[in-house]
Amino acid sequence: MKLSRIIANTGEWLSGAGPHDQIVVSSRVRLARNLKGKPFPGWAKKAERVAILEEIRGSVEHLPEMEESFSEKLDDLSALEKQVLVERHLISREHAAKGAGSAVVMNTSQTLSFMINEEDHLRMQAIRAGLQLDNVYAMINKTDSELEDTLDFAFHDDLGYLTACPTNVGTGMRASAMMHLPGLVMSEHVNKIINSVNKIGLAVRGLHGEGTEAMGNLFQVSNQTTLGETEEEIIGRLNKVIFQILEHEQNARQILLQQRAETLLDQIGRAYGILCHAHSITSKEALNLLSFIKMGVDLGLFPSNNRLHVDELFIETQPAHLQKGLQVTKLGAEERDSLRAALIRTKLKQMQEPEIGKIPTNGSSSTSSTSETSEGS
Amino acid sequence: MFCDVCKSKEATVFLTQIVEGKMQKVNLCEGCSKEKGVNDPTGFALADLLLGLGAAQEIEKNPAGNRCPVCGFSQADFKKTGRLGCSACYDAFAEGLFGMLKNMHRGSVHTGKVPAKLRVGRLRNREMAELQTSLQKAIQEEQFEEAAALRDRIRKLEEEFRNEMVSFEESSTEVNRLASPQGTAEALSVPKPRKQP
Ligand SMILES: [Zn+2]
Ligand SMILES: [Zn+2]
Repeated sequence: MKLSRIIANTGEWLSGAGPHDQIVVSSRVRLARNLKGKPFPGWAKKAERVAILEEIRGSVEHLPEMEESFSEKLDDLSALEKQVLVERHLISREHAAKGAGSAVVMNTSQTLSFMINEEDHLRMQAIRAGLQLDNVYAMINKTDSELEDTLDFAFHDDLGYLTACPTNVGTGMRASAMMHLPGLVMSEHVNKIINSVNKIGLAVRGLHGEGTEAMGNLFQVSNQTTLGETEEEIIGRLNKVIFQILEHEQNARQILLQQRAETLLDQIGRAYGILCHAHSITSKEALNLLSFIKMGVDLGLFPSNNRLHVDELFIETQPAHLQKGLQVTKLGAEERDSLRAALIRTKLKQMQEPEIGKIPTNGSSSTSSTSETSEGS
Repeated sequence: MFCDVCKSKEATVFLTQIVEGKMQKVNLCEGCSKEKGVNDPTGFALADLLLGLGAAQEIEKNPAGNRCPVCGFSQADFKKTGRLGCSACYDAFAEGLFGMLKNMHRGSVHTGKVPAKLRVGRLRNREMAELQTSLQKAIQEEQFEEAAALRDRIRKLEEEFRNEMVSFEESSTEVNRLASPQGTAEALSVPKPRKQP
Protein backbone atom coordinates (compact mmCIF):
# COMPACT_ATOMS: atom_id res chain seq x y z
CA MET A 1 0.00 0.00 0.00
CA LYS A 2 1.24 3.47 -0.84
CA LEU A 3 2.03 6.04 1.79
CA SER A 4 -0.05 8.71 0.04
CA ARG A 5 -3.12 6.49 0.45
CA ILE A 6 -2.46 5.99 4.15
CA ILE A 7 -1.83 9.60 4.96
CA ALA A 8 -4.84 10.76 2.94
CA ASN A 9 -6.84 9.61 5.97
CA THR A 10 -6.45 11.08 9.40
CA GLY A 11 -5.22 8.51 11.87
CA GLU A 12 -7.63 6.86 14.29
CA TRP A 13 -6.05 8.64 17.24
CA LEU A 14 -7.10 11.99 15.81
CA SER A 15 -10.44 11.27 14.19
CA GLY A 16 -11.60 8.50 16.53
CA ALA A 17 -13.25 8.78 19.91
CA GLY A 18 -12.06 7.66 23.30
CA PRO A 19 -12.71 8.28 27.00
CA HIS A 20 -12.07 11.89 28.09
CA ASP A 21 -10.92 12.78 24.58
CA GLN A 22 -11.71 16.48 25.03
CA ILE A 23 -8.68 16.88 27.27
CA VAL A 24 -6.70 13.70 26.68
CA VAL A 25 -5.96 13.81 22.95
CA SER A 26 -4.30 10.41 22.70
CA SER A 27 -2.81 7.49 24.61
CA ARG A 28 0.31 5.77 23.39
CA VAL A 29 2.44 2.83 24.54
CA ARG A 30 5.80 2.09 22.98
CA LEU A 31 7.91 -1.02 23.57
CA ALA A 32 11.64 -1.24 22.86
CA ARG A 33 13.01 -4.65 21.85
CA ASN A 34 16.34 -5.91 20.54
CA LEU A 35 17.43 -9.14 18.93
CA LYS A 36 19.53 -11.49 21.03
CA GLY A 37 23.25 -11.49 20.25
CA LYS A 38 23.15 -8.66 17.69
CA PRO A 39 24.84 -5.28 18.18
CA PHE A 40 22.45 -2.39 18.81
CA PRO A 41 21.72 -0.22 15.71
CA GLY A 42 24.02 2.60 16.81
CA TRP A 43 26.98 0.20 17.00
CA ALA A 44 26.09 -2.27 14.23
CA LYS A 45 27.73 -2.06 10.81
CA LYS A 46 25.53 -1.25 7.86
CA ALA A 47 25.43 -4.86 6.61
CA GLU A 48 24.41 -6.04 10.10
CA ARG A 49 21.69 -3.40 10.29
CA VAL A 50 20.34 -4.44 6.90
CA ALA A 51 20.23 -8.11 7.98
CA ILE A 52 18.46 -7.20 11.24
CA LEU A 53 16.03 -5.02 9.30
CA GLU A 54 15.11 -7.86 6.93
CA GLU A 55 14.58 -10.31 9.77
CA ILE A 56 12.35 -8.02 11.84
CA ARG A 57 10.49 -6.56 8.89
CA GLY A 58 9.53 -10.02 7.67
CA SER A 59 8.11 -10.97 11.07
CA VAL A 60 6.21 -7.71 11.49
CA GLU A 61 4.68 -7.84 8.01
CA HIS A 62 3.40 -11.35 8.72
CA LEU A 63 1.50 -10.35 11.85
CA PRO A 64 -2.26 -10.95 11.42
CA GLU A 65 -2.99 -7.35 12.48
CA MET A 66 -0.68 -6.02 9.78
CA GLU A 67 -2.49 -7.54 6.83
CA GLU A 68 -3.41 -4.06 5.59
CA SER A 69 -0.22 -2.17 6.08
CA PHE A 70 2.42 0.13 4.74
CA SER A 71 6.07 -0.87 4.93
CA GLU A 72 9.02 1.08 3.60
CA LYS A 73 12.74 1.51 4.07
CA LEU A 74 13.59 4.97 5.31
CA ASP A 75 16.01 5.61 2.45
CA ASP A 76 13.07 5.10 0.07
CA LEU A 77 11.01 7.84 1.73
CA SER A 78 11.39 11.53 0.94
CA ALA A 79 12.30 14.00 3.68
CA LEU A 80 8.78 15.41 3.44
CA GLU A 81 7.14 12.00 3.82
CA LYS A 82 9.24 11.24 6.88
CA GLN A 83 8.32 14.59 8.39
CA VAL A 84 4.60 13.88 7.83
CA LEU A 85 5.03 10.67 9.82
CA VAL A 86 6.78 12.57 12.62
CA GLU A 87 4.00 15.14 12.77
CA ARG A 88 1.50 12.29 13.13
CA HIS A 89 3.56 10.76 15.95
CA LEU A 90 4.03 7.56 13.95
CA ILE A 91 7.82 7.74 13.94
CA SER A 92 10.23 9.74 16.10
CA ARG A 93 12.33 12.66 14.94
CA GLU A 94 15.39 10.49 15.58
CA HIS A 95 14.03 7.76 13.33
CA ALA A 96 13.24 10.24 10.55
CA ALA A 97 16.93 11.18 10.53
CA LYS A 98 17.92 7.56 9.75
CA GLY A 99 18.69 6.32 6.27
CA ALA A 100 19.89 2.95 4.99
CA GLY A 101 19.20 -0.01 7.27
CA SER A 102 16.09 1.44 8.91
CA ALA A 103 12.41 1.01 8.07
CA VAL A 104 8.90 1.80 9.18
CA VAL A 105 5.85 -0.46 9.10
CA MET A 106 2.35 0.70 10.07
CA ASN A 107 -1.25 -0.43 9.71
CA THR A 108 -3.78 1.57 7.69
CA SER A 109 -5.66 2.92 10.70
CA GLN A 110 -2.27 4.14 11.99
CA THR A 111 -2.92 2.64 15.42
CA LEU A 112 0.16 0.41 15.20
CA SER A 113 3.55 1.46 13.96
CA PHE A 114 6.96 -0.17 14.03
CA MET A 115 10.27 1.63 13.83
CA ILE A 116 12.99 -0.79 12.79
CA ASN A 117 16.56 0.16 13.72
CA GLU A 118 15.86 3.38 15.53
CA GLU A 119 17.91 3.49 18.73
CA ASP A 120 16.84 -0.12 19.35
CA HIS A 121 16.29 -2.86 16.77
CA LEU A 122 12.56 -2.54 17.18
CA ARG A 123 10.33 0.08 18.70
CA MET A 124 6.67 -0.66 18.31
CA GLN A 125 3.84 1.57 19.37
CA ALA A 126 0.09 1.54 19.67
CA ILE A 127 -1.76 4.85 19.76
CA ARG A 128 -5.48 5.55 20.23
CA ALA A 129 -7.72 8.53 20.85
CA GLY A 130 -8.56 9.60 24.40
CA LEU A 131 -7.44 8.12 27.68
CA GLN A 132 -7.20 4.35 27.27
CA LEU A 133 -3.70 3.30 28.19
CA ASP A 134 -4.89 -0.14 29.31
CA ASN A 135 -6.39 -0.92 25.90
CA VAL A 136 -3.42 0.51 24.10
CA TYR A 137 -1.01 -1.57 26.19
CA ALA A 138 -3.12 -4.69 25.56
CA MET A 139 -2.82 -4.04 21.81
CA ILE A 140 0.93 -3.69 21.76
CA ASN A 141 1.45 -6.47 24.29
CA LYS A 142 -0.43 -8.87 22.02
CA THR A 143 1.74 -7.83 19.09
CA ASP A 144 4.88 -8.29 21.17
CA SER A 145 3.81 -11.79 22.23
CA GLU A 146 3.13 -12.75 18.62
CA LEU A 147 6.54 -11.50 17.55
CA GLU A 148 8.20 -13.60 20.27
CA ASP A 149 7.28 -16.71 18.28
CA THR A 150 9.55 -15.72 15.41
CA LEU A 151 12.07 -13.34 16.99
CA ASP A 152 14.47 -13.98 19.90
CA PHE A 153 14.50 -10.83 21.98
CA ALA A 154 17.48 -9.90 24.15
CA PHE A 155 16.34 -10.59 27.71
CA HIS A 156 18.29 -10.68 30.97
CA ASP A 157 17.09 -12.66 34.00
CA ASP A 158 17.51 -9.71 36.35
CA LEU A 159 17.35 -6.69 34.06
CA GLY A 160 14.54 -7.77 31.74
CA TYR A 161 14.47 -6.51 28.15
CA LEU A 162 17.85 -5.09 27.21
CA THR A 163 17.95 -1.78 25.37
CA ALA A 164 20.64 0.40 23.82
CA CYS A 165 20.09 3.07 26.48
CA PRO A 166 20.05 1.99 30.14
CA THR A 167 17.12 4.35 30.78
CA ASN A 168 14.79 1.96 28.91
CA VAL A 169 15.96 -1.37 30.32
CA GLY A 170 13.46 -3.65 32.11
CA THR A 171 10.03 -3.36 30.55
CA GLY A 172 11.38 -1.29 27.66
CA MET A 173 8.04 0.47 27.93
CA ARG A 174 7.22 4.14 27.54
CA ALA A 175 3.53 4.91 28.08
CA SER A 176 2.27 8.41 27.48
CA ALA A 177 -0.81 10.54 27.16
CA MET A 178 -1.06 13.76 25.17
CA MET A 179 -3.07 16.29 27.18
CA HIS A 180 -4.56 19.61 26.14
CA LEU A 181 -4.26 21.93 29.14
CA PRO A 182 -5.17 25.52 28.22
CA GLY A 183 -7.01 26.07 31.52
CA LEU A 184 -3.95 25.21 33.59
CA VAL A 185 -1.72 27.33 31.37
CA MET A 186 -4.05 30.34 31.57
CA SER A 187 -4.40 30.07 35.32
CA GLU A 188 -0.63 29.65 35.56
CA HIS A 189 -0.90 26.39 37.46
CA VAL A 190 0.73 24.23 34.87
CA ASN A 191 4.30 24.65 36.13
CA LYS A 192 3.30 23.62 39.62
CA ILE A 193 1.78 20.47 38.16
CA ILE A 194 4.77 19.73 35.93
CA ASN A 195 7.00 20.08 38.98
CA SER A 196 5.05 17.71 41.16
CA VAL A 197 4.69 15.15 38.38
CA ASN A 198 8.43 15.22 37.77
CA LYS A 199 9.03 14.61 41.46
CA ILE A 200 7.27 11.26 41.35
CA GLY A 201 9.30 9.81 38.51
CA LEU A 202 6.98 10.71 35.67
CA ALA A 203 7.78 13.25 32.99
CA VAL A 204 5.84 16.08 31.38
CA ARG A 205 7.11 17.30 28.05
CA GLY A 206 6.09 19.35 25.04
CA LEU A 207 4.35 18.29 21.84
CA HIS A 208 7.08 16.21 20.27
CA GLY A 209 8.57 14.67 23.37
CA GLU A 210 11.93 15.06 24.98
CA GLY A 211 13.39 18.53 24.85
CA THR A 212 10.54 20.14 22.95
CA GLU A 213 8.62 23.22 23.85
CA ALA A 214 4.97 22.98 24.83
CA MET A 215 3.05 24.38 21.87
CA GLY A 216 -0.71 24.68 21.57
CA ASN A 217 -0.93 23.95 25.32
CA LEU A 218 -0.27 20.29 24.52
CA PHE A 219 1.69 18.27 27.05
CA GLN A 220 2.92 14.70 27.04
CA VAL A 221 2.81 12.87 30.37
CA SER A 222 4.88 9.68 30.48
CA ASN A 223 6.74 7.26 32.73
CA GLN A 224 10.42 7.95 33.20
CA THR A 225 11.49 4.67 34.78
CA THR A 226 11.22 1.21 33.26
CA LEU A 227 12.91 -1.14 35.74
CA GLY A 228 11.55 -2.48 39.03
CA GLU A 229 7.83 -2.27 38.29
CA THR A 230 5.53 -4.35 36.12
CA GLU A 231 3.97 -2.82 33.02
CA GLU A 232 0.60 -2.78 34.80
CA GLU A 233 2.05 -0.99 37.83
CA ILE A 234 3.65 1.67 35.66
CA ILE A 235 0.44 2.25 33.72
CA GLY A 236 -1.62 2.27 36.91
CA ARG A 237 0.60 4.94 38.44
CA LEU A 238 0.52 6.98 35.24
CA ASN A 239 -3.27 6.67 34.94
CA LYS A 240 -3.75 8.01 38.46
CA VAL A 241 -1.66 11.07 37.71
CA ILE A 242 -3.35 11.68 34.36
CA PHE A 243 -6.76 11.57 36.07
CA GLN A 244 -5.55 14.10 38.59
CA ILE A 245 -4.26 16.44 35.90
CA LEU A 246 -7.54 15.98 34.02
CA GLU A 247 -9.49 17.06 37.08
CA HIS A 248 -7.19 20.01 37.68
CA GLU A 249 -7.75 21.12 34.09
CA GLN A 250 -11.53 20.79 34.43
CA ASN A 251 -11.43 22.76 37.69
CA ALA A 252 -9.17 25.41 36.20
CA ARG A 253 -11.65 25.93 33.37
CA GLN A 254 -14.56 26.19 35.82
CA ILE A 255 -12.73 28.75 37.90
CA LEU A 256 -11.79 30.76 34.81
CA LEU A 257 -15.44 30.80 33.77
CA GLN A 258 -16.60 31.88 37.20
CA GLN A 259 -13.93 34.43 37.96
CA ARG A 260 -12.39 35.53 34.68
CA ALA A 261 -15.07 34.88 32.12
CA GLU A 262 -14.36 38.12 30.27
CA THR A 263 -10.66 37.30 29.88
CA LEU A 264 -11.50 33.81 28.72
CA LEU A 265 -14.04 35.00 26.15
CA ASP A 266 -11.66 37.73 25.04
CA GLN A 267 -8.88 35.21 24.40
CA ILE A 268 -11.12 32.83 22.48
CA GLY A 269 -12.67 35.68 20.49
CA ARG A 270 -9.29 37.17 19.62
CA ALA A 271 -7.94 33.77 18.60
CA TYR A 272 -10.93 33.32 16.30
CA GLY A 273 -10.52 36.83 14.89
CA ILE A 274 -6.86 36.41 14.09
CA LEU A 275 -7.24 32.94 12.62
CA CYS A 276 -10.15 34.10 10.41
CA HIS A 277 -8.26 37.06 9.02
CA ALA A 278 -4.52 36.37 9.16
CA HIS A 279 -2.63 36.11 5.89
CA SER A 280 0.60 34.86 7.36
CA ILE A 281 0.95 32.78 10.50
CA THR A 282 3.72 30.63 11.98
CA SER A 283 3.13 27.09 13.11
CA LYS A 284 3.65 28.07 16.73
CA GLU A 285 1.20 30.97 16.69
CA ALA A 286 -1.36 28.86 14.85
CA LEU A 287 -1.16 26.07 17.43
CA ASN A 288 -1.43 28.45 20.34
CA LEU A 289 -4.51 30.14 18.87
CA LEU A 290 -6.09 26.87 17.77
CA SER A 291 -5.77 25.74 21.37
CA PHE A 292 -8.21 28.48 22.38
CA ILE A 293 -10.63 27.49 19.62
CA LYS A 294 -10.41 23.87 20.81
CA MET A 295 -11.23 24.98 24.34
CA GLY A 296 -14.06 27.08 22.90
CA VAL A 297 -15.52 23.93 21.36
CA ASP A 298 -15.21 22.15 24.74
CA LEU A 299 -17.02 25.05 26.42
CA GLY A 300 -19.86 24.99 23.91
CA LEU A 301 -19.04 28.30 22.22
CA PHE A 302 -18.70 26.54 18.88
CA PRO A 303 -21.05 23.84 17.62
CA SER A 304 -19.58 20.50 18.65
CA ASN A 305 -19.67 19.15 15.07
CA ASN A 306 -16.70 21.44 14.44
CA ARG A 307 -14.52 19.43 16.77
CA LEU A 308 -12.89 17.30 14.10
CA HIS A 309 -12.22 20.35 11.88
CA VAL A 310 -10.38 22.03 14.71
CA ASP A 311 -8.48 18.91 15.78
CA GLU A 312 -7.40 18.26 12.20
CA LEU A 313 -6.05 21.79 11.91
CA PHE A 314 -3.59 21.00 14.71
CA ILE A 315 -1.98 18.47 12.36
CA GLU A 316 -2.77 19.96 8.95
CA THR A 317 -1.04 23.24 9.79
CA GLN A 318 2.28 21.52 10.63
CA PRO A 319 5.02 22.28 8.06
CA ALA A 320 5.16 18.92 6.27
CA HIS A 321 1.41 18.40 6.22
CA LEU A 322 0.95 21.82 4.62
CA GLN A 323 3.14 20.77 1.71
CA LYS A 324 2.16 17.15 1.32
CA GLY A 325 -0.49 17.77 -1.35
CA LEU A 326 1.74 20.03 -3.39
CA GLN A 327 3.94 18.70 -6.15
CA VAL A 328 6.54 21.39 -5.55
CA THR A 329 9.96 21.42 -4.07
CA LYS A 330 10.31 22.49 -0.47
CA LEU A 331 8.57 25.74 0.38
CA GLY A 332 10.27 28.55 2.28
CA ALA A 333 9.07 29.53 5.73
CA GLU A 334 7.27 32.62 4.46
CA GLU A 335 5.42 30.69 1.78
CA ARG A 336 4.41 28.13 4.37
CA ASP A 337 3.10 30.83 6.69
CA SER A 338 0.85 32.24 3.94
CA LEU A 339 -0.32 28.78 2.93
CA ARG A 340 -1.08 27.96 6.56
CA ALA A 341 -3.10 31.14 7.05
CA ALA A 342 -5.09 30.43 3.89
CA LEU A 343 -5.83 26.87 4.99
CA ILE A 344 -7.06 28.02 8.39
CA ARG A 345 -9.23 30.77 6.88
CA THR A 346 -10.87 28.28 4.53
CA LYS A 347 -11.51 25.75 7.27
CA LEU A 348 -12.90 28.27 9.72
CA LYS A 349 -15.26 29.67 7.07
CA GLN A 350 -16.89 26.23 6.94
CA MET A 351 -17.60 26.48 10.65
CA GLN A 352 -20.60 28.27 12.08
CA GLU A 353 -19.61 31.59 13.62
CA PRO A 354 -19.37 31.30 17.40
CA GLU A 355 -21.53 33.19 19.85
CA ILE A 356 -18.65 34.52 21.82
CA GLY A 357 -20.03 36.98 24.31
CA LYS A 358 -22.47 34.56 25.79
CA ILE A 359 -20.92 32.92 28.83
CA PRO A 360 -21.90 29.27 28.92
CA THR A 361 -24.15 28.80 31.94
CA ASN A 362 -22.79 25.64 33.47
CA GLY A 363 -19.40 26.07 32.00
CA SER A 364 -19.60 23.16 29.66
CA SER A 365 -21.87 22.07 26.88
CA SER A 366 -20.97 18.48 27.49
CA THR A 367 -22.55 16.74 30.40
CA SER A 368 -20.12 13.95 29.73
CA SER A 369 -17.16 15.92 30.99
CA THR A 370 -18.93 16.37 34.33
CA SER A 371 -19.62 12.68 34.66
CA GLU A 372 -16.05 11.96 33.65
CA THR A 373 -14.86 13.91 36.64
CA SER A 374 -16.73 11.82 39.16
CA GLU A 375 -15.69 8.62 37.46
CA GLY A 376 -12.07 9.62 37.61
CA SER A 377 -11.96 10.54 41.25
CA MET B 1 9.50 26.26 36.54
CA PHE B 2 12.67 28.05 35.58
CA CYS B 3 15.84 26.72 33.99
CA ASP B 4 18.45 25.67 36.57
CA VAL B 5 21.29 27.14 34.54
CA CYS B 6 20.15 30.60 33.41
CA LYS B 7 17.31 30.89 35.96
CA SER B 8 15.40 33.11 33.58
CA LYS B 9 13.80 31.00 30.89
CA GLU B 10 11.10 28.41 31.18
CA ALA B 11 12.53 24.89 31.64
CA THR B 12 11.40 22.43 28.99
CA VAL B 13 14.04 19.72 29.30
CA PHE B 14 14.06 17.63 32.45
CA LEU B 15 17.00 15.45 33.27
CA THR B 16 17.82 13.19 36.17
CA GLN B 17 21.26 13.67 37.56
CA ILE B 18 23.16 11.38 39.88
CA VAL B 19 25.72 13.02 42.11
CA GLU B 20 27.58 10.78 44.51
CA GLY B 21 24.87 8.19 44.41
CA LYS B 22 22.10 10.69 45.09
CA MET B 23 19.51 11.51 42.50
CA GLN B 24 18.96 15.10 41.50
CA LYS B 25 16.74 16.64 38.88
CA VAL B 26 18.08 19.12 36.37
CA ASN B 27 15.66 21.39 34.57
CA LEU B 28 16.96 23.17 31.49
CA CYS B 29 15.51 25.58 28.98
CA GLU B 30 15.76 24.89 25.26
CA GLY B 31 18.76 27.19 24.86
CA CYS B 32 20.78 25.86 27.77
CA SER B 33 20.04 22.24 26.87
CA LYS B 34 21.46 22.87 23.41
CA GLU B 35 24.47 24.59 24.89
CA LYS B 36 25.04 21.63 27.21
CA GLY B 37 24.97 19.35 24.18
CA VAL B 38 21.83 17.44 25.10
CA ASN B 39 20.70 17.64 21.49
CA ASP B 40 24.14 16.88 20.14
CA PRO B 41 24.84 13.15 20.34
CA THR B 42 28.50 13.63 19.53
CA GLY B 43 28.97 15.89 22.55
CA PHE B 44 31.54 14.82 25.10
CA ALA B 45 30.28 12.72 28.02
CA LEU B 46 26.72 12.70 26.82
CA ALA B 47 26.36 9.86 29.28
CA ASP B 48 26.63 12.44 32.01
CA LEU B 49 23.82 14.52 30.61
CA LEU B 50 21.53 11.73 29.55
CA LEU B 51 22.11 9.41 32.44
CA GLY B 52 23.13 11.79 35.18
CA LEU B 53 26.38 13.40 36.15
CA GLY B 54 28.73 10.74 37.36
CA ALA B 55 27.39 8.09 35.00
CA ALA B 56 30.53 8.30 32.92
CA GLN B 57 32.70 7.71 35.98
CA GLU B 58 30.37 5.05 37.30
CA ILE B 59 30.94 2.86 34.27
CA GLU B 60 34.69 3.05 34.80
CA LYS B 61 34.33 1.07 38.02
CA ASN B 62 34.03 -2.02 35.88
CA PRO B 63 37.08 -4.17 36.64
CA ALA B 64 36.74 -6.67 33.78
CA GLY B 65 38.57 -4.44 31.35
CA ASN B 66 37.21 -1.62 29.32
CA ARG B 67 35.82 -3.42 26.30
CA CYS B 68 32.82 -5.67 25.80
CA PRO B 69 34.26 -9.06 24.74
CA VAL B 70 31.34 -9.70 22.39
CA CYS B 71 30.97 -6.46 20.45
CA GLY B 72 34.14 -4.55 21.30
CA PHE B 73 32.26 -1.53 22.60
CA SER B 74 34.42 0.45 25.03
CA GLN B 75 33.78 2.51 28.12
CA ALA B 76 34.93 5.54 26.19
CA ASP B 77 32.23 4.83 23.60
CA PHE B 78 29.64 4.70 26.36
CA LYS B 79 30.93 7.93 27.80
CA LYS B 80 30.60 9.58 24.43
CA THR B 81 27.17 8.28 23.42
CA GLY B 82 25.34 7.29 26.60
CA ARG B 83 24.36 4.10 24.76
CA LEU B 84 25.65 0.52 24.93
CA GLY B 85 26.94 -1.59 22.04
CA CYS B 86 25.08 -4.87 22.46
CA SER B 87 23.11 -6.88 25.01
CA ALA B 88 26.32 -8.53 26.30
CA CYS B 89 27.59 -5.07 27.32
CA TYR B 90 25.16 -5.28 30.25
CA ASP B 91 27.20 -8.17 31.64
CA ALA B 92 30.58 -6.78 30.59
CA PHE B 93 29.94 -3.48 32.36
CA ALA B 94 27.64 -4.95 35.02
CA GLU B 95 29.46 -3.56 38.01
CA GLY B 96 29.37 0.05 36.92
CA LEU B 97 25.88 -0.24 35.46
CA PHE B 98 24.33 -1.65 38.61
CA GLY B 99 24.69 1.50 40.68
CA MET B 100 23.60 3.65 37.78
CA LEU B 101 20.47 1.61 37.11
CA LYS B 102 19.58 1.57 40.79
CA ASN B 103 19.62 5.35 40.89
CA MET B 104 17.89 5.74 37.57
CA HIS B 105 14.95 3.40 38.13
CA ARG B 106 12.49 2.40 40.81
CA GLY B 107 14.18 -0.94 41.42
CA SER B 108 17.08 -2.98 40.16
CA VAL B 109 15.27 -6.18 39.24
CA HIS B 110 12.80 -6.61 36.41
CA THR B 111 9.36 -7.72 37.62
CA GLY B 112 7.38 -7.26 34.40
CA LYS B 113 6.76 -9.30 31.28
CA VAL B 114 9.01 -12.22 30.39
CA PRO B 115 9.06 -13.77 26.89
CA ALA B 116 6.97 -16.95 27.02
CA LYS B 117 9.78 -19.26 26.00
CA LEU B 118 12.02 -17.98 28.80
CA ARG B 119 9.46 -18.02 31.62
CA VAL B 120 10.04 -21.55 32.95
CA GLY B 121 13.81 -21.28 32.77
CA ARG B 122 13.88 -17.90 34.50
CA LEU B 123 11.73 -19.09 37.39
CA ARG B 124 13.93 -22.13 37.86
CA ASN B 125 17.13 -20.09 37.74
CA ARG B 126 15.79 -17.78 40.41
CA GLU B 127 14.57 -20.68 42.55
CA MET B 128 17.95 -22.35 42.20
CA ALA B 129 19.76 -19.18 43.22
CA GLU B 130 17.55 -18.79 46.28
CA LEU B 131 18.07 -22.44 47.27
CA GLN B 132 21.84 -22.07 46.97
CA THR B 133 21.83 -19.01 49.20
CA SER B 134 19.70 -20.77 51.80
CA LEU B 135 21.98 -23.80 51.64
CA GLN B 136 25.08 -21.71 52.32
CA LYS B 137 23.32 -20.02 55.21
CA ALA B 138 22.16 -23.33 56.67
CA ILE B 139 25.68 -24.76 56.49
CA GLN B 140 27.16 -21.69 58.13
CA GLU B 141 24.60 -21.85 60.92
CA GLU B 142 25.23 -25.61 61.23
CA GLN B 143 21.57 -26.41 60.52
CA PHE B 144 22.59 -29.68 58.92
CA GLU B 145 19.15 -31.22 58.75
CA GLU B 146 17.85 -28.24 56.84
CA ALA B 147 20.96 -28.16 54.69
CA ALA B 148 20.38 -31.77 53.69
CA ALA B 149 16.78 -31.03 52.76
CA LEU B 150 17.87 -28.06 50.70
CA ARG B 151 20.56 -30.10 48.97
CA ASP B 152 17.94 -32.71 48.04
CA ARG B 153 15.71 -30.06 46.54
CA ILE B 154 18.58 -28.65 44.53
CA ARG B 155 19.44 -32.12 43.24
CA LYS B 156 15.81 -32.74 42.30
CA LEU B 157 15.66 -29.45 40.45
CA GLU B 158 18.88 -30.26 38.62
CA GLU B 159 17.52 -33.64 37.64
CA GLU B 160 14.31 -32.09 36.36
CA PHE B 161 16.38 -29.71 34.34
CA ARG B 162 18.33 -32.60 32.80
CA ASN B 163 15.11 -34.45 31.95
CA GLU B 164 13.80 -31.39 30.30
CA MET B 165 16.90 -31.04 28.19
CA VAL B 166 16.48 -34.67 27.11
CA SER B 167 12.81 -34.23 26.33
CA PHE B 168 13.64 -31.05 24.46
CA GLU B 169 16.14 -32.89 22.32
CA GLU B 170 13.64 -35.66 21.77
CA SER B 171 10.86 -33.33 20.82
CA SER B 172 13.06 -31.74 18.23
CA THR B 173 13.36 -35.02 16.35
CA GLU B 174 10.04 -36.32 15.11
CA VAL B 175 11.01 -40.00 15.38
CA ASN B 176 11.74 -40.12 19.08
CA ARG B 177 9.05 -37.72 20.17
CA LEU B 178 6.41 -40.29 21.05
CA ALA B 179 8.90 -42.66 22.65
CA SER B 180 9.14 -40.74 25.90
CA PRO B 181 6.14 -38.50 26.51
CA GLN B 182 6.83 -38.68 30.21
CA GLY B 183 9.78 -36.33 30.08
CA THR B 184 7.72 -33.64 28.43
CA ALA B 185 4.87 -33.93 30.91
CA GLU B 186 7.28 -33.73 33.77
CA ALA B 187 9.03 -30.76 32.28
CA LEU B 188 5.75 -28.93 31.95
CA SER B 189 4.69 -29.66 35.51
CA VAL B 190 7.77 -28.12 37.11
CA PRO B 191 8.64 -25.84 38.59
CA LYS B 192 5.55 -24.93 40.54
CA PRO B 193 4.34 -21.46 39.70
CA ARG B 194 5.63 -18.98 42.19
CA LYS B 195 4.57 -15.46 42.89
CA GLN B 196 6.74 -12.85 41.28
CA PRO B 197 8.64 -10.84 43.86
ZN1 LIG C 1 18.49 28.29 30.55
ZN1 LIG D 1 28.71 -5.43 23.78
